[in-house]
Amino acid sequence: MLQTLDLQSFFINFFVSFGFSVTTANYLWLPFPILAVVISAFLGVLVVVWLERKISAGVQQRIGPEYAGPLGFLQPVADGVKLLVKEDIIPAKGDGLLFTLGPAVVVVPIFLAYTIIPFGENLIVSNLPIGIFFWIAISSVAPIGLFMAGYGSNNKYAFLGGLRAIAQSISYEIPLALCVLAITLLSDDLSTVSIVEKQASFGILSWNCWKQPIGLIAFLIAALAECERLPFDLPEAEEELVAGYQTEYTGMKFALFYVGSYVNLVISALFVTILYLGGWNLPIPIETILTFFQMNPDLPQVQVFTGFLSIIVTLSKTYFIVFLAILTRWTLPRVRIDQLLDLGWKFLLPISLGNLLITAALKLLFS
Amino acid sequence: MTEFFPIFIYIFVSLGLSLFILGLSFVFSVQKPDPEKLSAYECGFDPFDDARSRFDIRFYLVAILFIIFDLEVTFLFPWAVTLNQIGFFGFWSMMLFLVILTIGFIYEWRKGALDWE
Repeated sequence: MLQTLDLQSFFINFFVSFGFSVTTANYLWLPFPILAVVISAFLGVLVVVWLERKISAGVQQRIGPEYAGPLGFLQPVADGVKLLVKEDIIPAKGDGLLFTLGPAVVVVPIFLAYTIIPFGENLIVSNLPIGIFFWIAISSVAPIGLFMAGYGSNNKYAFLGGLRAIAQSISYEIPLALCVLAITLLSDDLSTVSIVEKQASFGILSWNCWKQPIGLIAFLIAALAECERLPFDLPEAEEELVAGYQTEYTGMKFALFYVGSYVNLVISALFVTILYLGGWNLPIPIETILTFFQMNPDLPQVQVFTGFLSIIVTLSKTYFIVFLAILTRWTLPRVRIDQLLDLGWKFLLPISLGNLLITAALKLLFS
Repeated sequence: MTEFFPIFIYIFVSLGLSLFILGLSFVFSVQKPDPEKLSAYECGFDPFDDARSRFDIRFYLVAILFIIFDLEVTFLFPWAVTLNQIGFFGFWSMMLFLVILTIGFIYEWRKGALDWE
């Protein structure tokens, strides 16, 4: 493994040289990765909203936003400002506290998932040993927020929409967790950094997508269903339930749901990248490239370059998956609720369980 | 434990951020409540009955089934991480556990607990 850029120890050594203790320096370091992740989360949402509008326009052979800023770049900002000045209505006889906190409970676990995403070897907020299990655990909190939103709206359709959204969300969590388990078997470790490191040996041929093709497809379907994107966007089906659990929401609360849905999409794409597409690894191993160009990996400039390259590679793979998701949204028709639950329970669950058992058997036979 | 401290701080940051976004509405928008705006949306009509009505028991069934399979997945996590150390004996022990749960799954499939909804 290359000696990579370690900003945290550089920062800590810098402060220790001024006389602070190591623990104080650790606490002083904390705001920086958190701030970086929050800013990148919001910028990611802006970019993905713009991408969605432009790609959907391309699919439908029209131009999309072009007046708000050059090429329509400021369209998401304009949307945000519009939602900002809309009146905030809490329905009469609706439960005010549940209604207000619903969006927060849906969105906070999604933001929390950013803490275990590695953008590079040491570019991670917190390298938990339980890594990916943390994401599986906190993503189970989101359905509670959906229920709070549906029930607190005092609207039959919002309530039904909330129930269907929960049924969809929890049904697809199990295939998701089973696919993650199969990846864990391949890398013997739950930490996201080790999952990516195990995919670094031979460049593109050592990525997990070749070892887990069924798992990749099952994970993509389950992740799309978790994000409530078409073809699984029944909770906000425009014709049937008038935007489902979001019916009574206006202004910034609606904006929070909107932001949360796109952050969820980016997080799912990031996890596909990390688990199946080799994370920050280039198709050619980085050591080969550095020796080819005769760059010394111990120089700090080269380390900054590889760190920067890791971020670019991770984001490119992520936006490829986001592109696939957006394309899927504008290509496939919506599935009905019974077809949706059939797909989750009767198809994905046996397939991902079978995938897990085959992976375990092959792993034991060949090790 | 030190690895969880950033997450602890981050929870408060995200919570604060979400509540800040929610609070922005009250700063920037006008608040003029009126009965039409505050009533429940039912495509233009007055709402027919109370919104807190009874709901289909199939939602409850799906939730119970989810709990069972989620617990199964939770037990699978330590098994998956340590499969190298426990070898074939561990593999077949877990197979026994999964066979029992699969029998239950096939029973509920045949009984129709996964249908129509």
